Amino acid sequence: MTRRTLVTALLVLTVVALFAVPLLVDGGTSEFGGTDAAVTEELEADGYAPWFESLFSPAGEVESGLFALQAALGAGVLGYVLGRLRGRRTATPSATAGAGGK
Amino acid sequence: MHIAEGFLPAGHAAGWTIAAAPFVVHGARAVVKEVRENPESTLLLGAAGAFTFVLSAIKLPSVTGSSSHPTGTGPGAILFRPPVMALLGTVVLLFQALLLAHGGLTTLGANAFAFAVVGPWAGYGAYRLTRAAGGGLMPAVFAGVALADLATYVTTSLQLALAFPDAESGLAGALLKFLGVFAVTQIPLAVGEGLLGVLLFRVLTVNARPELERLGVLEPAPLVTTGGAA
Repeated sequence: MTRRTLVTALLVLTVVALFAVPLLVDGGTSEFGGTDAAVTEELEADGYAPWFESLFSPAGEVESGLFALQAALGAGVLGYVLGRLRGRRTATPSATAGAGGK
Repeated sequence: MHIAEGFLPAGHAAGWTIAAAPFVVHGARAVVKEVRENPESTLLLGAAGAFTFVLSAIKLPSVTGSSSHPTGTGPGAILFRPPVMALLGTVVLLFQALLLAHGGLTTLGANAFAFAVVGPWAGYGAYRLTRAAGGGLMPAVFAGVALADLATYVTTSLQLALAFPDAESGLAGALLKFLGVFAVTQIPLAVGEGLLGVLLFRVLTVNARPELERLGVLEPAPLVTTGGAA
């Protein structure tokens, strides 16, 4: 294993741990509600009434599907770009292309 | 960081919309200019937009027992400078406001100001400062991406505090209250996002070297006369 692979693996592990640890340490006592919703609830409890409603409010299951769609679109495009860039590099082993010019 | 639809008083909603609009228009022109002058940037521009699209869709648990989502606006700001993200970030917010009932049209201005203007500029500032202080590329990327995330939530807290000052402790008390909800939860997320940014740039420095050199992120390598093997 090269040093580069090791560093990458450690970075990925750290990111995973950063979000797994809160779940494990917590032991199921917290709801992990969203902070956005927490603020909304707090304001409503203080008597604030929103003066405008969302034009379209998807039901719970549809909403999580649309969130997944958003993530999928982003991940798809990101993967496409990184794949193309990598393919470009491995296809031209002469390295440092794009120099030259005027 | 999404202030929900209808949750800012009309005056505040209008004020933030007016404040954010010039940044978004300027950002749209910056994107068009970039694509026209450097068509080879389109791929990386897509990657920058895609990164914020994915990250802002994912809610992650934090140590406070709440969950929140990262912003993903840092890498684009570092690569293409912040104006570009003013447009890309607003597109993400509009998608969420229209299809997900997350955020809203009346609060789009305020949310865009926090997410697509202040976040990218704060992240870009942290990146440039770290580089200027002699920090390497990766520490600077980490600082920039993490701060773009955190600064967005601090701005949202400030916007809410301005709209809803506490009856007794005033603006400062309200700011502390909203920071307590947003900022503390966000710290581990910002660290995680910073590390993801480092991972992304580790891939880019290998595979998108010509682009990064042209964008000034990497020093052009001295011409190596590739003789033998490594």
